Amino acid sequence: MEIPKSFLGYKRENGRAGTRNHVIILPVDDISNACAEAVANNIKGTIALPHSYGRLQFGADLELHFRTMIGTGKNPNVAAVIVVGIEPKWTKRIVDAIATTGKPVEGFSIEGVGDIDTIAKVSKKAQEFSMWASEKQREECPMSDLWISVKCGESDTTSGLASNPTVGNLMDKLEPLGVHLCFGETSELTGAETVCEKRGKTPEAQAKFKKTWNDYNDFILKEATDDLSESQPTAGNIAGGLTTIEEKAFGNFQKIGGCQFIDVLEPAEEPTKGAGLYFMDTSSAAAECVTLQAAGGFNIHLFPTGQGNIIGNPIEPVIKLTANPLTAKTMSEHIDVDVSKILSREMNLSQAGDELIKSTLRVANGRLTCAEALGHKEFVMTKLYRSA
Amino acid sequence: MSNTDIIIHDEKDNVGVVVIEKITPDQDCSCWIMENDKSVSIQSKDEIPLGHKIAMIDLNEGDTILKYGHDIGKVVKNIKKGEHVHVHNVKTKKW
Repeated sequence: MEIPKSFLGYKRENGRAGTRNHVIILPVDDISNACAEAVANNIKGTIALPHSYGRLQFGADLELHFRTMIGTGKNPNVAAVIVVGIEPKWTKRIVDAIATTGKPVEGFSIEGVGDIDTIAKVSKKAQEFSMWASEKQREECPMSDLWISVKCGESDTTSGLASNPTVGNLMDKLEPLGVHLCFGETSELTGAETVCEKRGKTPEAQAKFKKTWNDYNDFILKEATDDLSESQPTAGNIAGGLTTIEEKAFGNFQKIGGCQFIDVLEPAEEPTKGAGLYFMDTSSAAAECVTLQAAGGFNIHLFPTGQGNIIGNPIEPVIKLTANPLTAKTMSEHIDVDVSKILSREMNLSQAGDELIKSTLRVANGRLTCAEALGHKEFVMTKLYRSA
Repeated sequence: MSNTDIIIHDEKDNVGVVVIEKITPDQDCSCWIMENDKSVSIQSKDEIPLGHKIAMIDLNEGDTILKYGHDIGKVVKNIKKGEHVHVHNVKTKKW
């Protein structure tokens, strides 16, 4: 198949392009959720991104909170942002950082005003942003404007056999076109960590990966009560035939095809070393991982599943594929791309990769994903430790 | 091409994955090795559902299970060729 050279995206002020055109109401903290949700309910064409944190965090955990908030606002799938927090200082820090993209952004704080008057003020601004964004048109953008993140979930052995290698095949075909790519799931590389380390393009990237994996593994060993047999693999993984974390890891690893990673990113960190594959240090929980990748600036997500994970994200469209014929049948409303014919050998990997590229472009051009149509908007902050 | 019942990732692997709804005891199964596109056959001893693994050789306690050509865990209970391989007879070497 000849790979198309372009897609139809929304060009942003900073030169990036979006596959979506959201106006978001972003609460800085848990207690500002009610205000953000009230505004999104008032003003059509806006979405609120409620979450559970943002108070009394400190150190690296607080910095991750800011990075996630700011990165979400900066994501090119977002046309304009309103930030609402209880206090003005943290709100302003987020607004100022998002403003560096050149997109419309405004901040409001609730203290000394109350919810009702804040909701009125924010609603007026949100209406202005929503109507402004509604006039944005899709334009032809080069493939290199695609930033594709990947993560698998509710995996089974069909993931490692077929759906993950299909994503790997897409990576092999799109990497030469200057696409940014990102995989994560630090803990779910356990067993394959030395093989993965060798995929670092430079000794620096390899060393950074090794340290990242070791740190995560030390943390798991410190906190583990007995073993992780109830969590890794999950009950769903085991029902699907996965026996050990090592088996899961080698299946997971198929998603990067033959690509080498050029750098290791902190959670929610934006890549800065140009096009190519990046590894991001993330948890392996689906919503946490995709939220961090979206905050890193990725604008379309590929999610292979075996037993049928149903995750979505509010700003980054999540395309699901499965190679499990039972899942494709019983959970068809969640599956965008069915590659189960690989198992019956009616389809080869390259054909499956081509199908996935076609579907990815349709979604990049505006087709709703199953998760979007079903209203999945899981926005889940990663918290590193207890608040002060 | 005859129907494939079991797929094996790598020639070195000592387990294969069932890719039909299930295989039944004493079923003659055809296996496809992805790495080199070869075909082999095996007779099953257990009922094994889709996605679950079958032992391609006899395995003893302490042996290493190879899949993708790599170590994915250790045998904790002897397994006969054709038997179901899963959490009841294989454990991680990590955690």
